[in-house]
Amino acid sequence: MKKTMMGNYAASWGAQLSRVQVIAAYPITPQTLIVEKLSEIVANGELDAEFIKVESEHSAMSACIGASATGARAYTATSAQGLALMHEMLHWAALARLPIVLTNVNRAMAPGWSIWADQNDSLSQRDTGLMHIFASSSQDILDSTILGYKVSEQVLLPTLISFDAFFLSHTVEVVDMPLIEDVDKFLPPYNPEYKLDVNDPRSFGALTSEEHYYEFRYKMQKAMEDAIGLIKKEGREYEKLTSRYYDLIHPYRCEDADLILVTSGTIAETTNVAVDELREEGKKVGNLRIRVIRPYPKQDILKAIKNCSKIAVIDRNISCGYHGIFAQELKSALYNETDIPVWGYLAGIGGRDVKIENIKEISDETLKSKEPEDMIMKGVKV
Amino acid sequence: MKNIPQKVIHQYLRHQKKFPHVWCAGCGNGIILGDLLRAIYNLGIKKDNIAMVSGIGCSSRMPVYVDFNTLHTTHGRAIAFATGLKFAKPEMHVIVITGDGDAAAIGGNHLIHAARRNIDLTIIIINNSIYGMTGGQYSPTTPTGKKATTAPYGSIEPTFDLCELSRCAGASFVARSTAYHTIETRKIFEKAILKKGCSVIEVISQCPVVYGRLNNITSPVKMLEWQRDNTIPVSAISKLPAEKIKGKIVRGIIHDVDKPEFTEEYDKLVKQFEKQSDNYKNNTKNNS
Ligand SMILES: Cc1ncc(C[n+]2csc(CCOP(=O)(O)OP(=O)(O)O)c2C)c(N)n1
Ligand code: SF4
Repeated sequence: MKKTMMGNYAASWGAQLSRVQVIAAYPITPQTLIVEKLSEIVANGELDAEFIKVESEHSAMSACIGASATGARAYTATSAQGLALMHEMLHWAALARLPIVLTNVNRAMAPGWSIWADQNDSLSQRDTGLMHIFASSSQDILDSTILGYKVSEQVLLPTLISFDAFFLSHTVEVVDMPLIEDVDKFLPPYNPEYKLDVNDPRSFGALTSEEHYYEFRYKMQKAMEDAIGLIKKEGREYEKLTSRYYDLIHPYRCEDADLILVTSGTIAETTNVAVDELREEGKKVGNLRIRVIRPYPKQDILKAIKNCSKIAVIDRNISCGYHGIFAQELKSALYNETDIPVWGYLAGIGGRDVKIENIKEISDETLKSKEPEDMIMKGVKV
Repeated sequence: MKNIPQKVIHQYLRHQKKFPHVWCAGCGNGIILGDLLRAIYNLGIKKDNIAMVSGIGCSSRMPVYVDFNTLHTTHGRAIAFATGLKFAKPEMHVIVITGDGDAAAIGGNHLIHAARRNIDLTIIIINNSIYGMTGGQYSPTTPTGKKATTAPYGSIEPTFDLCELSRCAGASFVARSTAYHTIETRKIFEKAILKKGCSVIEVISQCPVVYGRLNNITSPVKMLEWQRDNTIPVSAISKLPAEKIKGKIVRGIIHDVDKPEFTEEYDKLVKQFEKQSDNYKNNTKNNS
């Protein structure tokens, strides 16, 4: 059934279709609508869940952890400062192997106070052990929520779904809602092997010596590696229901491209349009959208870029002191594997609009350039 | 009351740079800011001797508009930032502006610990019974049964009495006023700023746009009248019959005691050790 809705509501309905059982959240712009809608959905009886409005994001993730440890399907959503405040608990959720799905609306960190799109908030959580998806459309947000639980509950790792503030959170798009009966078949109730159960008591979070801790990390790493195959497998299953396929990367016109632009989030959607226009101008440019950054799809990326001669990464984030984070990740993946040169670009930091013409400019600049550069800060006023 | 012309207030505002402000028409925040500026004017404190610290929320936007030393911090943490500031600059008057969500939900821990330590801060909590800035989620002071976007059928949670909470936690000065009672508010602010110790002032305010709309009270005037009709001065309690007091919110200075202040106690400790170490140095010198 097709409906028009904002990206935020796509997240709410994704959680509803996934039949989440416990929702714990704290409001923050631009995430607020996700949670308000869910509280309405729960209050109206459209979802049989417990809705807890807690007193901070730290408590929101803590409540999700508690719920998930009992075997309930738990959900939360946040943004920027809220995600940062959750940080301790994100490590916990991952190390405790709890398949919580959380949505983060990518918003710039303060100060200066800003509510606009920027990926630094969620990329700062990169090493917490969460699987991390960057959605680029409202449809993607809804589908990723369902898919997120499907994969998370098999590999026992949380999933973080991020998407751009306002460009996606508050923009209305057409979303095809899968039937709940179909989703029920695809996503059976969560029933973990180990859970808090009064009839079969267990203890969670015990002191761990150096005898065992390393092995916890080993198992998490293995789970991440397994997730790569599972994301694809479940993507195919989901495609059977919905005719929509989601992979870790989404290459667009990359097969014969001389230059491949590497993008994520809403910039990826704009880049697809830019690529079409560039092709009409006779320039062989493709767009490689990174949808999943953890687990990192190294082999898929190597396959997608193997025929091109130049790569330009566009980052709406920065690791100050080095450079754009997607660029760093990509370069580390290519090292020892190919010698295709990589240009790093920053654009759209703090919510600056990245237009089709900006992407075409980046593309033209890279096509002309002979010397790759780590970081070119486009549009910075100095 | 001293007759204070508008111009006097203007000297404290960054009206060239930061206006127009973000507050909705009918909001209580501006009234309370006016009360505070009049209090500061009456006390004759120099602008540079005031540091105003806030968290995040509509109310917490206040420092942006005033020409003091200002620090607009993160949601819930104003008191923690202010604690550091007060230690670095104990001679400054440190005023914290915070909302009910900011002070009592996400930042509740900081509030009780500032009160417990009795650190010399003037903490003004603007209680509009809701999260205004994020569009109307319920807060720890949303009256049970009242609506919020996260409580579409009314909140089922009990509320905090912010004054009781602060008094029990150890604050040496605790008071309550409303946006309606501007003269009382100003006088309370004057006392609170001069008080050595942790002062917590809860000012009941109106958020017509979010709280009012969700709870079918459309007029700011009605909300101000509610403040007038549903509060009684603390001094009247002993004089009024029980039925007149029932259900009313008490306003005025609820608690005012003298007790050791944190930064002063800390200073004393440092001085004591300095003296001991001086004695030690002198002794060792004499011995050698
Ligand atoms: C860590 C964090 N979580 C959430 C927010 C979003 N947020 C901004 S203001 C606010 C609530 C404000 O309510 P209150 O403190 O009562 O002030 P009011 O706006 O009503 O004056 C929230 C939740 C934030 N800025 N930071
Ligand atoms: S939303 Fe409410 S608290 Fe915020 S400025 Fe408007 S009236 Fe005031």
